[in-house]
Amino acid sequence: MGYTLNFSAVWRSFDLLLQGLALSLGLAVMGIAIGCVIGLVTAFGLLSKNALLRRPAQLYVTIIRNTPILVLILFAYFALPQMGVRLGKIESFVATLAVYSGAYLAEIFRGGLLAVPRGLKEAGLAIGLRQSQIRNTIVIPLMLRNVLPSLSSTLISLFKDTSLAAAIAVPELTFEARKINVESFRVIETWIITSLLYVATCTVLAALLRRLEKRMSIPR
Amino acid sequence: MTNLLEIRDLHKRYGDVEVLKGVDCAMAQGDVISIIGSSGSGKTTMLRCINMLEDFEGGTIRIDGEEIGYDTAGGRRRRKKEKEIARQRAMTGMAFQQFNLFPHMTAAHNVMLGLVKVKGMGRDEARGLAEKWLDRVGLAERRDRYPGQLSGGQQQRVAIARAIAMNPKLMLFDEVTSALDPELVNEVLQVIKDLAADGMSMLLVTHEMRFAYEVSTRVIFMNQGRIGEEGNPREMFVKPQTERLAEFLMNSTFN
Ligand SMILES: Nc1ncnc2c1ncn2[C@@H]1O[C@H](COP(=O)(O)OP(=O)(O)OP(=O)(O)O)[C@@H](O)[C@H]1O
Ligand SMILES: [Mg+2]
Repeated sequence: MGYTLNFSAVWRSFDLLLQGLALSLGLAVMGIAIGCVIGLVTAFGLLSKNALLRRPAQLYVTIIRNTPILVLILFAYFALPQMGVRLGKIESFVATLAVYSGAYLAEIFRGGLLAVPRGLKEAGLAIGLRQSQIRNTIVIPLMLRNVLPSLSSTLISLFKDTSLAAAIAVPELTFEARKINVESFRVIETWIITSLLYVATCTVLAALLRRLEKRMSIPR
Repeated sequence: MTNLLEIRDLHKRYGDVEVLKGVDCAMAQGDVISIIGSSGSGKTTMLRCINMLEDFEGGTIRIDGEEIGYDTAGGRRRRKKEKEIARQRAMTGMAFQQFNLFPHMTAAHNVMLGLVKVKGMGRDEARGLAEKWLDRVGLAERRDRYPGQLSGGQQQRVAIARAIAMNPKLMLFDEVTSALDPELVNEVLQVIKDLAADGMSMLLVTHEMRFAYEVSTRVIFMNQGRIGEEGNPREMFVKPQTERLAEFLMNSTFN
């Protein structure tokens, strides 16, 4: 094969890739942030003694975890408008990522909540704290510490899922890469650089999460 | 004068099993009552009903004349609102067998939490009070340590300081030395003795017979969900009236 790598076309459009990457990160942060809230509420629902709270939570988690994310993205962007819910591309994708990540985070948070000893809640009750105060000052802080180690791989996986937004033409990293690929015919170069950008971002993300984990760890 | 604590005909069941079968008990201000009895006789359950960590199906518990946990009006019994129960729980303090310190907070923060969140105290005032009580249990220089950095005995003393700092009318202790290595038991018992000397009203479940004998103004012997016998420690330990208690005391160690 007489192919010589030539990156000049890719470098010329490099700022487009970086813009794409910035959008990818933005989508991930927004989607996952909302997903955390959904996941937290759902996790409490999953553990509720009240079936009216528990059943919907279980149903939500089951449906989302058994549907490919690409199907959810396409559903939100193409089917929802037919049902009267009209969202822009970006909003639609962020909402999808939030709902998708919420289901996975709910399962993780549920495990973390179960690992908080019952005696600590009782100690909180015994000094006169109300349920909501116990939840906010004792249960959630300890749950977060419990889940942080296992959260890292999920968050990275969710970040990579933003590449699927290309399917509905959201101009994130993968979408921009495909455009450069088509315009420059530098197929190999384009995808090498794009892959490296993903790898670099995920590595930084993992390092940041490890730092956070260290900072939040309880001295002993 | 109204009793500090008055329990009438307390009934509690877990599913089909009746664990408390009609317990009556009255306690005056400044009383130190030890609750002894074999495993499963309902000692823990009785304490946990007093601060509503457990709901109960029958009977009344009053602290300073105020009915705990339930409103009975016109023969109808209704559980009080959560907020009201939280306020009533703050009238008692509790120390647990497993300490149950909040592991992500320093000793001082453990003590401060209730002062700030329940009593609405400012952080500086709460910190001052926390330091005072940690000093009282001999842990002044450990106040910025986390529970994981303290021995079991130290953790239990922090837990007691956390409860006492809330200025409860009544302290509940549930086998607070059972999870401790033998050499750490005395430092905790000493703290309780100091509290007794200060006139703190206390209800303590214990397997430390010598301690119960020394510190109590009265002893209650629980037997199969009922009060089997009660009296002052000298009479009870020396001349048990029931065979059950005699048997129980024979199988207990005094050390
Ligand atoms: N959460 C629960 N669910 C079901 N049964 C329970 C529960 N807690 C306690 N019991 C039962 O109630 C009975 C009384 O228990 P309790 O813990 O009050 O005994 P105790 O006198 O404190 O015993 P010990 O000396 O072992 O601590 C026991 O038979 C116990 O098995
Ligand atoms: Mg017990």
